[in-house]
Amino acid sequence: MSLLELESITKSFGAIHALSGVDLSIAPGEAVGLMGDNGAGKSTLMKIIAGNFMPTSGEIRIDGQRVEFNKPLDAREAGIEIVYQDLALCDNLTAGANVYLGRELKKKVGPFSMLDYAAMYANAGKLFAGLKSETRPRDLVKQMSGGQRQAVAIARTQLSDPKLVLMDEPTAAISVRQVAEVLALIKRLKETGHAVILVSHRMPDVFEVCDRVAVLRRGTKVADKKITDTSPEEVTGLIIGAIEAA
Amino acid sequence: MTDEPTDQDLRRHPGRGPMDKVEESVDHAAIDDEITSRQEVSGFGTILRTQPFWVFVAIIAIGLVMSFVSDAFMTERNMFNITRNMAFFGIMALGMSAVICTAGIDLSVGSLLGLCAITLGLTLQAGWGVLPGFLVCMATAAVVGLINGVLIAYLRLAPFVVTLGMLAMARSIAMVLSDNKMIYEFGPQQDLFEWIGGESVLGVPNVVWVLGILTAIFWWVWKFTSWGRWVIAIGGNAQAAKLSGIPVERMIVSVYVVCSMCTGVAAFMFIGYTGSATNGMGVTYELNVIAATVIGGANLMGGVVYALGAPIGAALVELIRNSLLLAGIPALWQQFFVGLFLILAVLLEQIRNRGGK
Ligand SMILES: Nc1ncnc2c1ncn2[C@@H]1O[C@H](COP(=O)(O)OP(=O)(O)OP(=O)(O)O)[C@@H](O)[C@H]1O
Ligand SMILES: [Mg+2]
Repeated sequence: MSLLELESITKSFGAIHALSGVDLSIAPGEAVGLMGDNGAGKSTLMKIIAGNFMPTSGEIRIDGQRVEFNKPLDAREAGIEIVYQDLALCDNLTAGANVYLGRELKKKVGPFSMLDYAAMYANAGKLFAGLKSETRPRDLVKQMSGGQRQAVAIARTQLSDPKLVLMDEPTAAISVRQVAEVLALIKRLKETGHAVILVSHRMPDVFEVCDRVAVLRRGTKVADKKITDTSPEEVTGLIIGAIEAA
Repeated sequence: MTDEPTDQDLRRHPGRGPMDKVEESVDHAAIDDEITSRQEVSGFGTILRTQPFWVFVAIIAIGLVMSFVSDAFMTERNMFNITRNMAFFGIMALGMSAVICTAGIDLSVGSLLGLCAITLGLTLQAGWGVLPGFLVCMATAAVVGLINGVLIAYLRLAPFVVTLGMLAMARSIAMVLSDNKMIYEFGPQQDLFEWIGGESVLGVPNVVWVLGILTAIFWWVWKFTSWGRWVIAIGGNAQAAKLSGIPVERMIVSVYVVCSMCTGVAAFMFIGYTGSATNGMGVTYELNVIAATVIGGANLMGGVVYALGAPIGAALVELIRNSLLLAGIPALWQQFFVGLFLILAVLLEQIRNRGGK
């Protein structure tokens, strides 16, 4: 059975139709690449799944149950975590503080409850180690490289042990060496049984880590194929519209 | 309802006016390969990197120079005066630090001091005791902070404009309520009231004790509570804070309320100390409070706060005033030097930031 099913999802921002009737499903442990030109609606679709936007119309089902996400917390409680395109980290805080942002661990000292730095740093360290990243929990995010920032954002998603992790262009703003690191992170997620939706403009990334690829063009899904049944040339044609649909 | 996106939503800092655009696109790819010195946030090295430390050094230096320039400087009497005078500003600066940490500003604190003076004075004059007076004073402050906060957080008006408006309105209400008369009858507990604001315990002015205790509380709050952590996060990246599930709007309201309540405490002590309440109290204090806060290391772009910065900044401002006085320089020069040090503080911060990168 599918972990997540989207049925005729539509989203309009005023006169702009960002998505018109998108269907998509993903099975547990599966990695789906979501591709499309700038403005095709990829981020919008991610944000709908993550509870940032409500769809204008359409249905979202999780494990066959219809759900409605009014806010990001609803999606999180349903086992969905997202790594945003712009990462959404606070530069002025440490890596550990960012991992626990909004979900800080506390300990009791007499009548007072206080932030439990030791526990947060220790656990964040374990999460980074689990992702095989060398990020250090006590370092300020401001000083970090793109790859390390991705590790922080991905570690954030691991706090709640989600079923599905959404990633919006995790390899966009980083160097070649760091891309390999991030792809390794994604493979780690798959190995540990997470389903992943990867939004990317980079063909090699999608073909390296994904099982399936879906292509959006101007708000509609024009293809949804197994990686083994398609080729980078065909996907490129679908993205730019040289191939109508497949 | 989810957030329907608007221009405003896309702003990184709801607590800030739309005109400040943050450099958002740092080229992280470029710094990938040149990261050699990573920064740990612990140890003595970090203390050396903080603004309050260097301002503290400046205070010691000015103090040393002054002890040679003037015999009156190092006297117990003068120290007592300096610490007492700075404490009122220091208490207000503690609250201002929180506001500035969210990349906001509160220009209404001076007027609020005047308004609190009048509501407090009228309550005491009407025959109530110190406790009801204190509660009325704090309630006045809380209401003003709440109005500021709601307008800024929910209606997304620029903090500068909202609090500038409040600066005018609060002063005006103070004038109306007081009927432009001075209040110096403080009811049945007048002696107790004036003792709290004006006297000392163990040779230290009461108001300095209050500043010390509040500083300790704020230090704890910034370091160990999620409220403190969230305010700092909002100052760093309000959108990220929001996406992390932090109730950004409510936090911003609370920050303005806290700032106003600090002014309420300062007002309560100040009226007891001066022994009279007029609606002109606190005029231009917002300048000194903001100067003290910024000199103490707050960054107007948000995301930086030091509990110790408020008293240290206030101490420097008061020290400048006192030193000019003792050095025989006309009082007319005071604001010039406060302004000069404010600009120097911002410059120092710029230089440190460039050096740190
Ligand atoms: N918050 C918003 N308000 C109004 N219009 C929006 C909003 N977000 C997206 N859009 C519009 O919806 C369309 C799809 O945008 P979306 O960000 O989903 O594209 P994308 O596929 O992620 O593009 P990119 O590759 O550039 O990230 C665009 O036309 C965009 O202008
Ligand atoms: Mg996008």
